[in-house]
Amino acid sequence: MESSQADINREIAAAAQQPGGPQPKIDYPPYRSSLLRHPKQPAHLVDPESVELWAPVFGHRDVADDEADLTIQHAGTPLGERIVVTGRVLDGDGRPVADQLVEVWQANAAGRYRHQRDQHPAPHDPNFTGVGRMLTGPDGTYRFQTIKPGPYPWRNHVNAWRPAHIHFSIFGTDFTQRLVTQMYFPGDPLFPLDPIYQSITDPKARDLLIAQYDHDVTTPEWSTGYRWDIVLTGTHRTPLESDIEEDNA
Amino acid sequence: MSAVPGQTVGPFFHLGLAYDGMNELVPPGHPKAIRLHGHVYDGSGAPVPDAVLEIWQADPQGHIPRRPGSLRRDGWTFTGWGRAATGPDGHYQFATLEPGATDTGRPPFFAVTVFARGLLDRLFTRAYLPDDEAALATEPLLTAVDPARRPTLITTREPDGLIFDVHLQGPGETVFLTYPRLRDAWS
Ligand SMILES: [Fe+2]
Repeated sequence: MESSQADINREIAAAAQQPGGPQPKIDYPPYRSSLLRHPKQPAHLVDPESVELWAPVFGHRDVADDEADLTIQHAGTPLGERIVVTGRVLDGDGRPVADQLVEVWQANAAGRYRHQRDQHPAPHDPNFTGVGRMLTGPDGTYRFQTIKPGPYPWRNHVNAWRPAHIHFSIFGTDFTQRLVTQMYFPGDPLFPLDPIYQSITDPKARDLLIAQYDHDVTTPEWSTGYRWDIVLTGTHRTPLESDIEEDNA
Repeated sequence: MSAVPGQTVGPFFHLGLAYDGMNELVPPGHPKAIRLHGHVYDGSGAPVPDAVLEIWQADPQGHIPRRPGSLRRDGWTFTGWGRAATGPDGHYQFATLEPGATDTGRPPFFAVTVFARGLLDRLFTRAYLPDDEAALATEPLLTAVDPARRPTLITTREPDGLIFDVHLQGPGETVFLTYPRLRDAWS
């Protein structure tokens, strides 16, 4: 029998009793798809070596400037609330991650992905694909313009809804910092009900996935603005001069 | 500083992560191209049709590539990085070159990252080349893991290249890795 939201809420509450730390618990039964897809053996601790101490290099031949604007990819203007999302990618020691690739993808304002597997009967927007790419600047800054995504239903349990989010894929300066995550919007009423978000059982760590509204990023007569800084884990290799931009501060 | 936690790549990752040529680090017709391929399986042994693997590797001379171009490949520059999604049968494949040893006497490997719907955080592993048995026998990682699980870290040679299967769970579960700074950030 399919679970209800009340069933899931009970499981989320039970899982929250066991300290899980700031990572998502990969063994998290309220997220049903995880049951058969998480390793049961503990990860083996190893000192990174060889290529693991380096990250792939991306550059301007990989990413065009206009890929950071998800609102200009079609003839018309997409529907929805125009927003700018910006922030800095930093390593675990606070150093900016410069010239590195950030990939984003998301649903449209109605909560529909432009993806064959998304069967949610909300409208597609012919003027919105929902994919962006950009490189971080010398101080680790990324910035893109898009439409605020809508929440959407999924089949985890009866009446399951994901809080609105943007998927992020981020590289660091070494292989071990690779991160794929989701950015959320402040004050979403779906947070307590969502097993993917709640799989991070430490509330302080969960909060790190929520962007902040920033009126300084908002522009008059045009768009609202959100700021979200992305701190990666620490690097295992002492960065070279060429990895670090001059700090003018 | 507190590291941002991961979240699942979800079911719609193809939208944001897939692009033409992502799994062709060299054109398949390249004279030295090999096929690195395999299946991703779940804990019941069923194929996982919505996983994505990334590889990061040295070139055949053991040099670590420091050149851009993985997203818009020019057919000539070896960038050492690629991405492949599994198909409906859980199969993925790359066209690439065999990595060389970056350190003398050590067996070459592909660094591998695994993402999937249902997998709440990415996983790391290594896929070693199977040929240098003496080097494999003394490789610190391989000697440190349970001998019964060691083969999960080593590719199998076939005429066109190398096979590397990933078992997310269950019998034959792949050895996944963590690193000191991850453990410290999240301990
Ligand atoms: Fe999503």
